[in-house]
Amino acid sequence: MFGTIIQLAYMVGALLIILGLRKLGSPDTARRGNIEAGIGMGLAILAALVGPMEGAPNNYAWIIGGMIVGGIIGWIAAKKVKMTAMPQMVSIFNGFGGATAVVLGMVELEHFYSGTAMDGGQIIVTLLALIIGGVSFTGSMLAYLKLDGKVKDKHVTFNGHSILNIILLLVMIAASVYLYMQGRPGGIGLAVIVMIISLIYGFSFVAPIGGADMPVVISLLNSFTGLSAAAAGLIYGNLVMIVGGIFVGAAGTILTILMCNAMNRSLLNVIIGGFGAGAAAGAKAGTDGQIVKEIGINDMAIQLYYSDSVIFVPGYGLAVAQAQKALKELDDLLTENGVDVKYAIHPVAGRMPGHMNVLLAEADVPYPKLLDLEEANAALANTDIVVIVGANDVVNPAAKDDPSSPIYGMPILDVLEAKNVVVIKRSMSPGYAGIPNPLFFHAKNKMLFGDAKDIITKVAGEVKDL
Amino acid sequence: MQFFSSNLQMIYILLFTIILGFEIISKVPTVLHTPLMSGANAISGIVIIGAIILIRHSAPDDYFTLGLGFLGIVMGMINVAGGFAVTDRMLEMFKKKKK
Repeated sequence: MFGTIIQLAYMVGALLIILGLRKLGSPDTARRGNIEAGIGMGLAILAALVGPMEGAPNNYAWIIGGMIVGGIIGWIAAKKVKMTAMPQMVSIFNGFGGATAVVLGMVELEHFYSGTAMDGGQIIVTLLALIIGGVSFTGSMLAYLKLDGKVKDKHVTFNGHSILNIILLLVMIAASVYLYMQGRPGGIGLAVIVMIISLIYGFSFVAPIGGADMPVVISLLNSFTGLSAAAAGLIYGNLVMIVGGIFVGAAGTILTILMCNAMNRSLLNVIIGGFGAGAAAGAKAGTDGQIVKEIGINDMAIQLYYSDSVIFVPGYGLAVAQAQKALKELDDLLTENGVDVKYAIHPVAGRMPGHMNVLLAEADVPYPKLLDLEEANAALANTDIVVIVGANDVVNPAAKDDPSSPIYGMPILDVLEAKNVVVIKRSMSPGYAGIPNPLFFHAKNKMLFGDAKDIITKVAGEVKDL
Repeated sequence: MQFFSSNLQMIYILLFTIILGFEIISKVPTVLHTPLMSGANAISGIVIIGAIILIRHSAPDDYFTLGLGFLGIVMGMINVAGGFAVTDRMLEMFKKKKK
């Protein structure tokens, strides 16, 4: 009887997780969906805690202790993190999920080599949990370091990096197959080596990927963690783990595909290519002797004030400068004066999928004001001024007309369709991906140099005085 | 192969879940990409259940299993608790400005 109740609890838990994820797909129900998925998770965890296990020693002190420690750390981190640091936080959390799968895989293999029976299928899924979890763990940690600016691409890459990655991948697969074929005599030593290779591979595969490709990698790593959880679920024959893991895998894969499409690149190209690597070659395209026009804060304020329609194009620079609230204030002032203010959001603007939407939501910008790529491109032709705040690659016209550019073919925001363009930027240096942007030299464009938050606050001040 | 024949039901469910997962999650509006990712990320912490089962079965003096299992639970729990809390914080902002 009790056993049946536990099985039912698992089932309801899995259902709540599925329904919760489904509700996350619509703005009106998203928050409730997240809470429902959380309740489903709680129910499943509770069932795992109290479910009948004949003669099991339980060791509850270890379990509860671990849950309290982890729960408090996770909760505090989540409450304290700044909205602008969200991609980093999500990466770390994701890495920990992967690390848990590594631990499980390792312990199960150790048990196998010290005498516990395991059939071939179980060995396969255990190896999968170990390897996928390992790649996800170190990959996510490096993604975190990169997003946080602690590690730059050039610190961790070298010529022929993609060859090293392919070798690592092949060695990892070969060692796993060997381990599986050997059965028991394979020994724990080789299992440890497989784990170490997977950890190195995770690091090495993320190393050359950076800049605008970051949203792709984060989605992909997210999907890996889900798959490692599903593989671990197969080890223990636990349906909730399988269902939850597969759903996460699906969500991550879909986001990965969406992000790739937004850049008109294949996943393979993202993983092997490395955005920055190709850019170095393209950077030669001469920009010497071209003239850059500047605009002053006062002129900018006047132009904005007397225009009918303004579109802001936010990018990662907005997040770095923490300028979202200042931008919203400027938006309010302009809107009061009858200017139609909108925001154009490119799908890969920022460092994770939907990054800009979250930032602007934090500043209370209503989401009907946010235009996606297609809506924005339709609206740009009838716009008086486009103001680009910290975005670069997503407005680079080279993607349309320069076949030698590494981003050629990527759908961009056609800001040059608008009557005037202003780029707010710290300096003339190319963006994170290191690709030169001919927009800066275009006759229609004016530059406004400085810290985005500082500039926007000053422009807002000028608008107020007009 | 015995594993597969004795777990056929589980493999059915696995395959159906893959299809269902793609069906349910496709067509997410851009606005919700981040919350979906971070919500899904929290759910991947479900792997903690494996660590719970592991520790419950472990002999009380098997400190290798207990130690690593403990580590697994701490990390899994960080993923779960942190993931849901962060997602809720984000979605709260979306809700606030709807009024």
